Amino acid sequence: MQKSSRLAIYALIELASNPERQISAAEIGAKYRVSAHHLAKVLLTLGREGWVQSIRGVGGGYSFTGNAKRLTLFDIISVFEDTNTSCKLDDPSEATDEEWVLFDVSNEINDIAMSTYSSISIATLLKQVERRKKVAMRDAAAQDA
Amino acid sequence: MTDETEQSKEGADFRIRRATAEHLQDVIDLDARITGQPKPEFWQDIYDRYATRRVDQRFFLVAEKEGRPGILGLIAGEVRGWEFGSQPCGWVFAVSVDPEVRQRGIGEALFKEMCNEFRRAGMTTVRTMVRRQNPLHMSFFRSEGMMAGPYTQLEMNLDEG
Repeated sequence: MQKSSRLAIYALIELASNPERQISAAEIGAKYRVSAHHLAKVLLTLGREGWVQSIRGVGGGYSFTGNAKRLTLFDIISVFEDTNTSCKLDDPSEATDEEWVLFDVSNEINDIAMSTYSSISIATLLKQVERRKKVAMRDAAAQDA
Repeated sequence: MTDETEQSKEGADFRIRRATAEHLQDVIDLDARITGQPKPEFWQDIYDRYATRRVDQRFFLVAEKEGRPGILGLIAGEVRGWEFGSQPCGWVFAVSVDPEVRQRGIGEALFKEMCNEFRRAGMTTVRTMVRRQNPLHMSFFRSEGMMAGPYTQLEMNLDEG
């Protein structure tokens, strides 16, 4: 997964976790240790997709406008990169059995990756973040005891 | 949950209980409506094996609503173990919710109750196998917290092997 896709997902998680709040690119950038400039470019793309909106002025920032239950990782990643990462056959009519076999393996891996990305929504990621926090708190409490 | 005990999800207007013989036709009808393929013999067999035998390790649950004909949804699973060295774990092999009542937490309630049954049976892991190209099932189990496990499903075309 490319860096822009990762940043887009982090930004969407951040914004969707509190859709009422306006959050600046600098604030999100600080949390994920990335430049606000790079993030602003990503947020512009997310705005074009209708997943975030920006509000200018004092107290302004970005807010989530998508549907967290419907918006999947695949939707987001496919905006920033080519999702068909399997090896390519330059000319299928000329391809050898060996090339076809490697092509099939590569397709198999790509298919698993894409169906996984398609099945995970922003809402699911938010639930996973909450679960992780709970486990961490439980582990910390167990260590203290 | 015992055969006789009914359970109501707090704040919900449906209850989850073990499937009985009186639910069998409702199960067949719901599945036929969803898949377009009536499978009465399959469900009779599932009922016989999962609702009447070894019921401490096999679970066939339905969700129903007072006064509403039919069932709202179903889930079936069992404790399985020792396949290629796997420690015993809970396996879910069927889950369905009436399309007319989806997005109301019925599937989630069925799954959670199934997980409770597995916990009561001493299990610490639940597994399932779904078609990758079925986004409904994939998304549902993902949203419940399931992730890829240590086993991979493999297959081959016997005509080519």
